[in-house]
Amino acid sequence: MMQIGITINNVSYEREVPARTTLADFIRGLPGLTGTHVACEHGVCGACTVVVDGAAVRSCLMLAAQAEGRQIETVESLAGDGELSPLQSAFRKHHALQCGFCTSGILMTMHALLRGEPDVDEERVREVLSGNLCRCTGYQPIVDAVMEAKQSYG
Amino acid sequence: MGDILRQTYQPKSNSFIGQPIERVEDLRFLRGRGTYVADVEVQNELHAVIFRSPVAHGRITHLDVGAAASLPGVAAVITCKDIGEVPIIPLRQQVFDEGIPYLQSVIAVDKVRYVGEPVAVVLAETAAIAEDALELIEFDVEELPVVVTTQAAATDRQLLFEESGTNCPIVMTASKGDAEKAFASAPYTRRESFSVQRHFALPMETRGLLAVWDEAEEQLTVHGATKVIFFNRALLAKMLGLSNDRVEMIEVDVGGAFGARGEFYPEDFLIPFAARHTGRPVRWIEDRRENLMAMNHAREMDAEIEIACELDGTVIGLRGNINVDIGAYVRTNGFTAPRNVAQFCSGPYDIANIALDASVFMTNKTPAGTYRGPGRFEASFFMERLLHLAAQDLGIDQAEIRRKNLIPEAKMPFKMARMAHVDPSSETECDGGAYGEVFDRCLEEFGWEEKQHLQGKLIDGRYHGIGLGCFVEGGAAGPREGVRMRLESDGSVIVNVGSSAVGQGLQTILGQIAADGLGLPMERISVRHGSTSLVKEGFGSFHSRSTVMGGSAVHNACIEMMQRIREKAALRFGCSAEAIEILDGKARHKGASLDFAALAGEGLEVELSFPNSKHTYSYGAHAAHVAVDPATGHVEILKYQTVEDVGRVINPATLHGQVLGSACQGFGSVFLEEIIYDENGQLLTGTLADYLIPTSTDFRGVDSVSLGLRPCPNNPLGAKGAGEGGLIAVGGTLANAIAAALSSFDVKPHHLPLTPRRIWHLINDSKKSGFAAQAQANSTDARTGQ
Amino acid sequence: MKLPEFEYRSPATLSEVIALLVAADGEAKLLSGGQSLMPMLAFRMATPTVLVDLRKVEGLDAIEINGDVRLGARVRWCDIEKDQRLATAHPLLQEAVRHIAHYQIRNSGTVGGSLAHADPAAEFPALAVACGAVISTVAANGSRTVAAEDFFLGPLVTVLEPDEIITGITFPAWKAGRRFGFQEFARRRGDFAIAGAIVHYDIDAGGRMADVHVGAFGLGDTPIRLQVAESLLDGQQPTAELFERVATAATEDVEIQDDIHADAEYRRSLLGTMLMRALQSSSRSGD
Repeated sequence: MMQIGITINNVSYEREVPARTTLADFIRGLPGLTGTHVACEHGVCGACTVVVDGAAVRSCLMLAAQAEGRQIETVESLAGDGELSPLQSAFRKHHALQCGFCTSGILMTMHALLRGEPDVDEERVREVLSGNLCRCTGYQPIVDAVMEAKQSYG
Repeated sequence: MGDILRQTYQPKSNSFIGQPIERVEDLRFLRGRGTYVADVEVQNELHAVIFRSPVAHGRITHLDVGAAASLPGVAAVITCKDIGEVPIIPLRQQVFDEGIPYLQSVIAVDKVRYVGEPVAVVLAETAAIAEDALELIEFDVEELPVVVTTQAAATDRQLLFEESGTNCPIVMTASKGDAEKAFASAPYTRRESFSVQRHFALPMETRGLLAVWDEAEEQLTVHGATKVIFFNRALLAKMLGLSNDRVEMIEVDVGGAFGARGEFYPEDFLIPFAARHTGRPVRWIEDRRENLMAMNHAREMDAEIEIACELDGTVIGLRGNINVDIGAYVRTNGFTAPRNVAQFCSGPYDIANIALDASVFMTNKTPAGTYRGPGRFEASFFMERLLHLAAQDLGIDQAEIRRKNLIPEAKMPFKMARMAHVDPSSETECDGGAYGEVFDRCLEEFGWEEKQHLQGKLIDGRYHGIGLGCFVEGGAAGPREGVRMRLESDGSVIVNVGSSAVGQGLQTILGQIAADGLGLPMERISVRHGSTSLVKEGFGSFHSRSTVMGGSAVHNACIEMMQRIREKAALRFGCSAEAIEILDGKARHKGASLDFAALAGEGLEVELSFPNSKHTYSYGAHAAHVAVDPATGHVEILKYQTVEDVGRVINPATLHGQVLGSACQGFGSVFLEEIIYDENGQLLTGTLADYLIPTSTDFRGVDSVSLGLRPCPNNPLGAKGAGEGGLIAVGGTLANAIAAALSSFDVKPHHLPLTPRRIWHLINDSKKSGFAAQAQANSTDARTGQ
Repeated sequence: MKLPEFEYRSPATLSEVIALLVAADGEAKLLSGGQSLMPMLAFRMATPTVLVDLRKVEGLDAIEINGDVRLGARVRWCDIEKDQRLATAHPLLQEAVRHIAHYQIRNSGTVGGSLAHADPAAEFPALAVACGAVISTVAANGSRTVAAEDFFLGPLVTVLEPDEIITGITFPAWKAGRRFGFQEFARRRGDFAIAGAIVHYDIDAGGRMADVHVGAFGLGDTPIRLQVAESLLDGQQPTAELFERVATAATEDVEIQDDIHADAEYRRSLLGTMLMRALQSSSRSGD
């Protein structure tokens, strides 16, 4: 067991957990933070994507211990005060989600992308999105939503 | 009341039905506040991990869980000994006695028959500890020869079920007219071999269950149920020796189902049993490695099918045999795909003489069940390839041969082939539709004529081709669906339905229907779904039935609710119910009005079932333009067009989403996905790096048009089940486009998946053998003249 | 797929790292980016007793350019993508990295991790071999350098001793005007290559190809240099006709394996196609 302190969405959490706990499971064990989903546990599907010190990262491929002292952002940080963020609204408008299970990971990936590269073109969006699996939408609506949302990141 | 229930939906200018209403469910999903089964909170839980057979076939000689049970943190390890009389999972669809010897026990008893078969259940404080304990279980098996192909199974040299005497439980026969006579006299026939690979639904959320047993109340609550909750509840209660009212199944948010999630699996007994056995809540979350070997597989078939035509391209006969590999056990819906592939091989075409056998075989692989468009995807692939070849051989235009054979509207309702095994679906008929008109619309949207010049052309190092496919999509299976609608004292409405939400936007769609039915804004309506406590009787979501069945039930409940409101208002106003006018949530009479809330009293409730014995048939066509790189075998889809008539479009946005999503799954089926076993029955595709599903860069260029052209005559909404049509015709359409692109090599893309390697070999083997030899081979399969 | 138990250590110095490796007697694993190691732990294909996290060890994450290009072992793919100096200092390195995995993985995966993992279908080990890079390591008995072409022994097997850790890799200086090409064929973007080819060469005063490097990967065992191709191309005028001829000839005797993704015959042909396309695209590179 080890004592690990991680800041998530600007809130500090200190927990004693087994050393083998992944960042994904650490996050999901905290109250109100089950929005980060685990879907493959071997780093292929991207559903567990969170942002660590500004970079999109597969949280199932990171030990909680590696996140000690770092800043994590999860999907719960996107909507301010009950209002959906422009990215989230664009997803809703373009019907970019159906079952919703891959959605958190895709939102965080695209959020990190647009913050870093607000002037992306569709090719770049598709390229980055290729690291996230979705079984429901066929991806086009997601690309459309991101292309609309990018203007709010400029 | 009977007339009221037959009132069909009439669209108004301000209807919610037909509008692309943004989904209500999106708000929580986008915020990360969905509640999937892994998110449900409970105290004092144990985590379950299943010990699964590492061997494909054998008699269990040794099973010792002592060391595992002694590991600190492990509460118990359950084997068949703890269960006593081990329940057997019955058939739910296509329920025939032939399946009985091949049904699966909820846990292995004396034999194991596939890698992944549950043998024991470890219960521990954490999932990690439970997994540690797996390694301590001693398990020995006297290995038996492994059967991994239908050919090997068919010899019956090695039986999976010794007492049954055969590996073939059933042959499902579809027939119409007199196929033997038709083929004997046909001026043209052609026979071809095909195969579709084993693959499966792979929803993004793996399966999971959370079972809570209240000893004092003798009450079991199971979270994570979906699809056919009422059937599963009754089955589980029986298996546990409880009455139905002691078992509650709760549907939470579901991360995709596609026909595979929600059927009764071994874990659906084992986890609730474990909860009662240990007296603590038990949570089981399937991991992805398990999911690849334990969730229903699908689609593995090989077939030899023959088409018979007149010289003008009229198809007069279809016959042949399809071998269906359903794995080690007959699952709850194991016979559905076999029945479908036989009954729906003719698709949307009017073929007078049919004799098709679907022979079902047991093999030492994960059992198979339904996956979106079960049997229909495979059938369409076979049919569309044969039509394409017939058109080529007879010198008929690809569009013309389809137009000629599509079921004419004048012949509706049109009976499909009849199944020899009789159940409610042994006879089914296409309900209606303008098949030719929708087909022409597809050609127009795609630009079929304009693209003709591309056929077989080499442009910038790639061969271009275009192809077609038409389909029907059966939906709305009966027998009924239940709804309980409550007008609350504050004027809000709660709609409880037996349908399940699996990601298809059910809450929004039924909300739209209720809003129109009651003349209220959608914000006043909340839809609750799936759980057994909500309605007396429900049947669930499968066979694209929720919009028709759940929707019609909601529609009818609204009519009855409006009548009750009128009657209450009539009493208050001292007039007849007929004199009451309802507008915008108020009952009006001669200038006076009363709000619904004022009339609701302590609540007005309507509960009813919508019965239906007739399937609906959405129908349409696909067209594809592909470019094939002959050096690598890679195929790019340049444009893919679908057009479908769904009778009545309730929400064009969610419907469009379904079409795009199912088309993408179809592309995965054609190019990427394959479950591979070795000769020892070991699963080689055990990770998502081996089992490949489409990503955002693999396929683009899909356009879809959905029409509400010919409302369905068999339900008050006029709607037809939709959601699988985007996928059904994909195999044949793409194979035809590829064959057209590679026409100078005369290849036969008859075996899925059409991986780059397979296409490369088709081209190169054709080059090696010389085209003349290829043409020779073809002529033995096709007879003309005589 | 929860991870097996291990002891977790995150020492601050290289000597502490080595001490831990020595004490674990071959049962320790180094954690760098974790993008290759974590999946192996999840499938319990690796069950180390000790996991030694390198994140606190300083001095392993620099990109130094002094003519040659030295990447510290903990340099991440995203660091390479973002370093603008590399656009001229080693454009082939940036091009190759663009093909590695996906966006999220590139934020974590490291150079050292990829080399130590030695997947035969991985792009970076192949690049190291093709370019003639040299790998630096340190162990209990001191430091050494190993040429990339000697470093990989087989699939997932390298010359690394149990107590040895990669500290960096040095790519030879890139000449101005050098031409290069990188082509791989994968089932989907970001997947491991079924076959891939890497080329770079200079053009001498007479317009002929010189110092030709041709590498191939995804073939089964380890990435290799295609010496036959190199000798056929060396001293020749770079023409489309030459490229086509060499691409076929060069792949004839290469040892190639069957696996579930490709049979040897197809793979061999694919390698030839990738080589030809890499050579064709090289004409458009350089200055």
